[in-house]
Amino acid sequence: MVRLSDRIFGLAVILVALAYIASALQIQVSFLSDPVGSKTFPIIVASVAIICAGIMILKPDEEPAWPEGWTIASILISIVLLIGYAYALKPLGFLIPTAIVAGALSYQISPRPRGAVLAGLGLSIGLFVMFKFVLDLGLVAFPKAWMV
Amino acid sequence: MDILANLSLGFGIALSPYTLMLAVIGCFIGTIVGALPGLGPSNGVAIMIPLTFSMGLDAVAALVLLTSIYYGAMYGGRISSILLNIPGDEPALMTTLDGYPMAKAGRAGDALVISGFASFVGAFLATIGLMLLAPILSRVAYQFGPAEYFALYLLAFSTLGGISSNNQAKAALASCIGLMIAMIGLDPNSGLPRMTGGNLHLYDGVDFLVAIVGLFAVSEIFFFIESHGKSSAVGIILGKVTVPWAEIWSTRWTMLRSSLVGFFAGVLPGAGASLGSFMTYMMEKAIAGEKGGFGTGVAKGVAAPEAGNNAAAGGALVPMLTLGVPGSGTTAVLLAVLVTLNITPGPTLFIDRPDVVWGLIASLLIANFVLLAMNVPMVKVFVKILSVPPALLLPGVTMVSFVGIYSLTGSYFDLLLVVAFGVLGYVLRKLDIPTVPVILGILLGKQMEKQLRDAMVLSDGDWTYLFSSGISIGLIVASVIGFVAPMFLRRVLKRPQAVTD
Repeated sequence: MVRLSDRIFGLAVILVALAYIASALQIQVSFLSDPVGSKTFPIIVASVAIICAGIMILKPDEEPAWPEGWTIASILISIVLLIGYAYALKPLGFLIPTAIVAGALSYQISPRPRGAVLAGLGLSIGLFVMFKFVLDLGLVAFPKAWMV
Repeated sequence: MDILANLSLGFGIALSPYTLMLAVIGCFIGTIVGALPGLGPSNGVAIMIPLTFSMGLDAVAALVLLTSIYYGAMYGGRISSILLNIPGDEPALMTTLDGYPMAKAGRAGDALVISGFASFVGAFLATIGLMLLAPILSRVAYQFGPAEYFALYLLAFSTLGGISSNNQAKAALASCIGLMIAMIGLDPNSGLPRMTGGNLHLYDGVDFLVAIVGLFAVSEIFFFIESHGKSSAVGIILGKVTVPWAEIWSTRWTMLRSSLVGFFAGVLPGAGASLGSFMTYMMEKAIAGEKGGFGTGVAKGVAAPEAGNNAAAGGALVPMLTLGVPGSGTTAVLLAVLVTLNITPGPTLFIDRPDVVWGLIASLLIANFVLLAMNVPMVKVFVKILSVPPALLLPGVTMVSFVGIYSLTGSYFDLLLVVAFGVLGYVLRKLDIPTVPVILGILLGKQMEKQLRDAMVLSDGDWTYLFSSGISIGLIVASVIGFVAPMFLRRVLKRPQAVTD
């Protein structure tokens, strides 16, 4: 029982918090400052975070059940898909990226190709109709280049 | 009578057809959101916020819609607890203890009706409590200066982390993560950028809506990918729903006691509905004793936690409206809405914007009756919704969240942040680190720092000023107790485990 998860996370928090403190020390201070200034509060908070992370390293909890093998890959794929979606939404319009990403996510949850394709198409069109015509949001359906 | 005059003002606003329609829609969506496992009140409200803003609703309308969803979700949480043995949201966990055995014994309909009535009693009494207590508390809040507010924020963080988590270090760490994220952006006093790493997108800071949607909604999809949506199959068949009047009447004292206790559990900053349902269940179990048969599927065991958590939901609105300090995760989300709508919660809200406060209270009273109607005679409709496959539901929720944020900010960078918060939320929840304090930190961080700095300006840098008034000393002592006490109480009060088949 090494209980690595809590320790690794604690260590990561300590590194981030140290970087945070270092960055706080670099904050430009205006010549007319209040007694506390812009550095103190961030430094206090980061220090408390370091203490907590230290406790996590010294007294870690039971190891959680992490996913294994293909499930990890599934989650990573979904993260990449969502990042791609973030970039694609503006240039490519709503319908195409949504159909692809929704379908792919659906496939990751329940690997049935037909269901996933239907979920993707249905969600893409259904949500578009709802957003555009019921909620009246300004969404673009297709890539701008097609709309000439 | 002040209250009657105010109420008539409130009902004048709430009874307009448009507001009424929003309340009904909110109740409907809320019950669905609450019923679906994996979607709780905080996710439900979080997903709806960006949409509400893009629709251009005014303050009262937006609040009515979102609080109806909140109340609805508290009602709906019991449906999946009873039918699937999976709590639809965290506070509904206690309802599984007696609700699921009742359903297995073929009394699913009775369990749903009894818990629906209990929810109604709890929420109704809590709304009345809110009406009576909030104006009084708002008068006390006038005594609050920067030092007192700083102490109050401290109390919110320590009790929220202290009570709702299994590990104090992790809860405190979660608050710190939130506060650290809140510092990103322009320093409110000097106007100079901090912690942005030179990234221009971060100069405005991290929008808490982005964090909320990421942590609560997007992280959920990773959990469903992990479980492959296996967890939701309705194994219980719901027959004809009849109202067991005699049994409801037999739980009347249970409902009243639980509503009272739940309401006060909700008023405590940071404690929230989970504590309400936990305390009321344990209390009723103790009162009923061995003969009560708690845990085997008795009416009181269903009524107590439902009355308790719905009362707590109403109680949690009290500190949120009067002090600007949320009592639970969802009220933190609602606070975010208020702030974004340019409404400053606090004592002045009751003087400056009586239309908002009393319109909200009147809508809540109406929403309660709507919810009772939806949750007792129409409960079968919502049971049908439980059979929507997660493979359709979760991608849908994710897309709605993305579009909501995108239509609000129009920035791909915020969408990337949503993904990042989704991943963070997954890791935090895996490690049993609560995510609500992170939200609270992001939400209150700037204010907390500002109050501290204002206090120091007033006292010219003398730190003892933080302990200068009775109120602030009391709050700081309470926050220390609230943080430390659960470490010892946890051994005594063990959370009962959910029933397993």
